[in-house]
Parts: sequence; C-alpha cells; structure tokens
Amino acid sequence: MKKFEYVLRLADSPLILGQRLCEWCGHGPILEQDIALSNIALDLLGLSRNLFQYAAELKGGNVTEDDLAFTRQEREYQNFLICEQENGHWGKTLLRQFFFDVYQYYFLHALKNSSDERLAAIALKSIKEVTYHMRYSSEWVIRLGDGTTESHGKMLDALEALWPFTGELTQFDELDLEMEKIGVIKNLAQIPSQWTNKVIEILGMATLPIPEKGWMQKGGKSGVHTEAMGFILAEMQYMQRAYPGAKW
Amino acid sequence: MKNNWPLWEVFIRSRQGLNHKHVGSLHAADADMAIENARDVYTRRSEGVSIWVVPSEQITASNPDQKDELFDPAEDKVYRHPTFYDLPDGITHM
Repeated sequence: MKKFEYVLRLADSPLILGQRLCEWCGHGPILEQDIALSNIALDLLGLSRNLFQYAAELKGGNVTEDDLAFTRQEREYQNFLICEQENGHWGKTLLRQFFFDVYQYYFLHALKNSSDERLAAIALKSIKEVTYHMRYSSEWVIRLGDGTTESHGKMLDALEALWPFTGELTQFDELDLEMEKIGVIKNLAQIPSQWTNKVIEILGMATLPIPEKGWMQKGGKSGVHTEAMGFILAEMQYMQRAYPGAKW
Repeated sequence: MKNNWPLWEVFIRSRQGLNHKHVGSLHAADADMAIENARDVYTRRSEGVSIWVVPSEQITASNPDQKDELFDPAEDKVYRHPTFYDLPDGITHM
C-alpha cells in the first residue's frame, strides 16, 4: 500500500502542473509558443496518466485512473506546492516550469534505475520529453533574465515569488526514504546537488541572482496546499462532479 | 505588427524523405528559437527527423509578373524531359 501512495504522489505533480499549463492554451503570447506550452502540458498529463494507471492497478478493486485523478479531495493530493502556483505572466510560468523541469529531469534519471520495472519503464519514456522541456524552459529563463530591463525586472519578481516553493522539490520525507530502502527509487541523495548546480548555471546565464538560502514553504507532499489549489480542483473536477462517471 | 518577431521559413525532412521540404513559416526571435518552434509546430505528429529554418527575408523570389517569360517557353520543349529512356532496375530515387 505504501507503493500505491508513492506512485499516486508521483502522478499528482505532473497532473496539477499540466492542468495549470493548459490555462495558457489559446492565450499564449504568440501562436508558436502557445503550441509549445500545450505540447508540454500534454506530455505532463501523459506522464501522470501512466502513473495513475499503475496506481489504480496497485490499489485494485474497481478503482480507475479517472477516480484517482478527478475525485479525490484537496488534502488527498500530494503535488509539490510550486506546481499549483498561479501562472502569472509568461516569465513566471516559464521560471516555475524550469524549476520543476530540472527536478523532474534528475528525478526521472534516478527512477529509471528503479527495481520496479513498471516505474523504470515509465521514467525511461518520459526522460526524452523532460529533456526537451528543460531545454525549452532554460532558454526562456535565459532570454528573459538577460533580456530587456523590463523582462529582467519581471523575472526578478517571479524569482522572489517562486523561490520559497523550490525547497520542497529536494526535501525527502519518510515515504521517499522508505521507497529508497526497498529500491523503488535510487540515489535520492544526489538530486539536491544536481538540482542546485543546474539552477545556478542557468540563473547565472540569465544574469539573475541566486537567492540566499531562506525559509522555504512546504506541505504539498503531505496534502497541505496553498489557496491556489482549490481553484484548480474546482475547474479540473467540475465535469466528473457534475456528471459522475461521464465518458467521452 | 512592428514589434513582431521575424518570420522564418521551415523545411522538414521526413523519415523516408531524402530532401527537406518546405512546410510553412513561423515567427521566432532567433534561429535557435525558430528550430524549437518548428519542432513544436511542424513535427508534433512525427512528421520529420530533421529541420532547417531560413530567415524569410533571405529568400529571393521570382517575380509573379514575369511568369510568362520565365516559364512559358519551357512548355513546348518536350524533348527536355528524359521520358524516352528505359531506367535500369538498379536505379532508385528517380
């Protein structure tokens, strides 16, 4: 059952971030970027779907991937808080994406060595996608940070708003460590330094300052969310709540 | 729009294809971004394995007003088409 909880948690972050990114669909600053971001959103939803399907199998009974994705209560979602934060402007969306992509890139590389063959296969499939996501979001962070005075200023604001939510990406709790003990995930200890090094590299190229280590928000991984979460669920769950069991 | 990003022409080589074919155009701030945008706009249904982008302004086009003198003279010169040869079996991609 612990593995079920763990897989479910892995599914939640890409689901919520994917849902967030979908808000840009039709509103991107330019057609090409609108499509690019929607592609990324669909990649994330695809990853979460693979994980929800696996979680539903682990749970057994009549539970489906849709039950898990669409009918849980807010406190039962265990996504990172950074995934649920509002899109804000384009630069903030891409900075949020960058912080998550870097985490996801190194995390999936750790997960591909999982003793659980299913998780290893899911990770392997998603690594190519996230490699592109990270390149894409890095490029934007660099362009906007090292862009005009206005774009640089907006990125500073975004950095200040998002930085406190980055701590959670590399803090591991009991469930993480338990899964590491049985080989479901390996080499967790490497991820914080890998994440930090990449972020320092890209923020440096973007001429953005590395924020000092300070107080960090946490709670997403244990189901304690920010006020933004309820709004996402209201929109995301509306159809299944209004028409339970509705299918295409 | 005055502040719009420049236009790029996109050429994609498909998995079976031997040459890059023009597929359309897009806006991007520079060449790197044009490649990424082309990837997202023109290869999302597995259309290709290689991308070229060229600034649209670098393309010199023939003048549509001159199409008569440019192209009509070729129309009655059927002997320029190598249709009178039998191709040996070993030759492909013709």
